[in-house]
Amino acid sequence: MDHLGYLFAAYSIIFLLIGLYVIFIGTRQARLEREVRRLESELRKNEPPLAPADNVEEIKTPGGV
Amino acid sequence: MKNPISIGLAAATCLSMVAALFMVFVYVPTEAEQGIVQRIFYFHLPCAWVAFLGFGIVALAGGLYLWLGHKVWDDLSYAAAELGMLFCTLVLVTGSIWAKPIWGVWWTWDSRLTTTFILWLLYGSYLLLRAFADDTDGIARFAAVLGIVGVLDIPIIIISVRLWRTIHPAVLLTRQGEHGLQDLRMVATLLVSLAAFTIMFVWLLWMRVATLRLRTRIVRLRRTLALRELAEAHR
Repeated sequence: MDHLGYLFAAYSIIFLLIGLYVIFIGTRQARLEREVRRLESELRKNEPPLAPADNVEEIKTPGGV
Repeated sequence: MKNPISIGLAAATCLSMVAALFMVFVYVPTEAEQGIVQRIFYFHLPCAWVAFLGFGIVALAGGLYLWLGHKVWDDLSYAAAELGMLFCTLVLVTGSIWAKPIWGVWWTWDSRLTTTFILWLLYGSYLLLRAFADDTDGIARFAAVLGIVGVLDIPIIIISVRLWRTIHPAVLLTRQGEHGLQDLRMVATLLVSLAAFTIMFVWLLWMRVATLRLRTRIVRLRRTLALRELAEAHR
């Protein structure tokens, strides 16, 4: 039981560093997801209106019918 | 984070880690010579394994990026380098904590320790390059080459205990070609710890790659928005 402190320190550091890394990824992912949603809504707002001809999609069927 | 694969991997990580901790602190017998501090080994070696796995993925994904040029390989390479660095740091730190009561010093310029430190420096420079240089194709290619060169240090680390005089124990296979772990419970504990760390590595890699993919998506969205605003201004 002499070296219990060393054992405790080693395992604590492992879980501390991995825990901090998980928090780092989690917060970064949440921030990036918010940014993606913001940019997508901004893109939808700025979407240029389609010209009337663009609204009509030509329907092509095999054999040109 | 809300992805079902990510949730499944997180659950598997928690379960396997609890099993590994149970085996390390309850199941496995205390080693006769080193005593309780030898239990550091059951997490020290898996840290080394996933660090090598991470750097191996850096080289493989870097090679695929150089060959195919898809950004996804570069993202995978970057994420694996970060994880490899995290676990390589843990190897050096836990090794140092283990060395103090056994060798009487925190650090010695032993062949295995030195080659592992060189690996840490190599991938440290890789991450510094990625962090401070612009996110261009040229930098990604240069980083891919660095990642491939860096991985050459791993076989040197593995065979260093056989090539040079060292005080680091050869655990899996001794110099005499014997099995380093004599008790089967020790082998079982090591295998469970290795599995737990591998699952955790896959989970962390999955999350980190997802984050980098989101970053790439943001760059594309910003570009589209800027182009649209430019078109509006010229109208």
